[in-house]
Amino acid sequence: MSLLHVDGVNAHYGDLQALHGIQLRVEEGETLGIIGANGAGKSTLLNVIAGLETCTAGRILLDGIELQELPAHQRVGLGVALVPEGRHVFPSLSVRENLQVGAHLRRPGPWTVQKVFELLPLLVKRADYPAGLLSGGEQQALAIGRGLMSNPALLLLDEVSLGLAPIVVREFYGALAAIVAEGITVVVVEQDIGQVMRVADTVTCFLEGRVVLSGRPADLRREQITKAYFGM
Amino acid sequence: MDWVNAILQGVMLGGFYALFATGLSLVFGVMKLVNLAHGDLSVLAAFIAVAILDVLPINPLLAMALVVPIMFVIGWLLQRYILDHSLGPDPMPALLVTFGLSVIIQNLLLEVFSADSQGLDAGRLEDEALSLGGGLTVGWFPLLTFVLAVLVLVGLQLFLSRTRTGRAFRATSDNQRVARLMGIDNRRIYALSMAIALGVVAVAGVFMGIRTTFAPGIGPARLIFAYEAVIMGGLGSVWGTLVGGIVLGVAQVIGAQIEPGWHALAGHVVFLAVLAFKPSGLLSRRGAV
Repeated sequence: MSLLHVDGVNAHYGDLQALHGIQLRVEEGETLGIIGANGAGKSTLLNVIAGLETCTAGRILLDGIELQELPAHQRVGLGVALVPEGRHVFPSLSVRENLQVGAHLRRPGPWTVQKVFELLPLLVKRADYPAGLLSGGEQQALAIGRGLMSNPALLLLDEVSLGLAPIVVREFYGALAAIVAEGITVVVVEQDIGQVMRVADTVTCFLEGRVVLSGRPADLRREQITKAYFGM
Repeated sequence: MDWVNAILQGVMLGGFYALFATGLSLVFGVMKLVNLAHGDLSVLAAFIAVAILDVLPINPLLAMALVVPIMFVIGWLLQRYILDHSLGPDPMPALLVTFGLSVIIQNLLLEVFSADSQGLDAGRLEDEALSLGGGLTVGWFPLLTFVLAVLVLVGLQLFLSRTRTGRAFRATSDNQRVARLMGIDNRRIYALSMAIALGVVAVAGVFMGIRTTFAPGIGPARLIFAYEAVIMGGLGSVWGTLVGGIVLGVAQVIGAQIEPGWHALAGHVVFLAVLAFKPSGLLSRRGAV
């Protein structure tokens, strides 16, 4: 059984349909990369899985448990963690407190504040700073660490490279290998196709709310991806 | 010496205003809810004390041990079953609901207790004073009010900064949507914050009932002073609430010292001055919820 099964999911923003019958599966321990242009529905899908948006049709199953009727805070208890687009750290809390809030439900697992600091050492010297004073890269590291603190089974990363220097992005994706090594299943949404192709076991391309291409990176040709990405 | 005594009384009065304002600040900080019924809820607490004392002939300060949990439960239920439904991106529905609540509470109290002024008798504590030497005196009751206000604020600050639920309050205050991604149940946080706010306002209401007479319609006047203290101190700042209360209390007492009719006016003038020169408040966002 797949850890994540998205089964015929639709989503709407008012009258605008953002997702059309999305079907995808992610096996436990795998990394799924989702690429696509702006407005393709990538972030919408992650928000729907996490419970920030509702799906108007279909099912979302995590290890066989249906999530679509559950509120977001209960999905965290089942092992879903979303690192949202734009980081959204809690600015008035310190770095350490942000991480502690990530562990609000105290799900058992290996991730602790100390372990996050070992994975993301740029946070250590800022541990007691208000998170609102951090740089963009530091805030992104904090958002990822906060997501890990819930000891998720499924980690959803939404455009973690957005607005960051390439060297910082490389560091994050280096850390991703350590995260995956802990057995966490990852879904990463990116506009940086190169990074996704390097880290993902499976890549799926979205266009206008639909899956238009899916496959192993080694099996996908550049022309296929370009056509799918731009809808040519 | 009269002036020093006046300032001392003003500081004590500031503690009283801080008790009123704390709940308001907490609810606004967590939910961004402007509660127009806050003053009426303090009057409700005072009348609950009246009802208890009709049955139990005890000191009102002891009756507070019953009033506080009653108001705590009222706060929880009020938030869960009424105010939760009005919260959203648009602040107007919640504002209107609390306005309606204010009207309902006033009329309910009028119906049950009539328009007659009431008071709570704490005995000798109200009359006796502590001599500080050099001609300075402070009443035991105002001193008790101030000390209790500080203890409440210390307790609240420790709760917000040192506990898991307190961190959840602060996270929800920063970003309600992302707080849900941490496993925080916003509805539970809102209900708890309203319950704590009304627990504190219960203390303020009982102390108000001891300090002065009260009637069903005085809630809105209390609300104005509470908001002035909150805004002067800095929205969402726990210690700002005390600072704002003290500034307001001192301004009012000094105003009354100059001219007895200037008591409230002096407070309003200082409030406007703070708004003009430091609109974010004197301690904006430090030690904040």
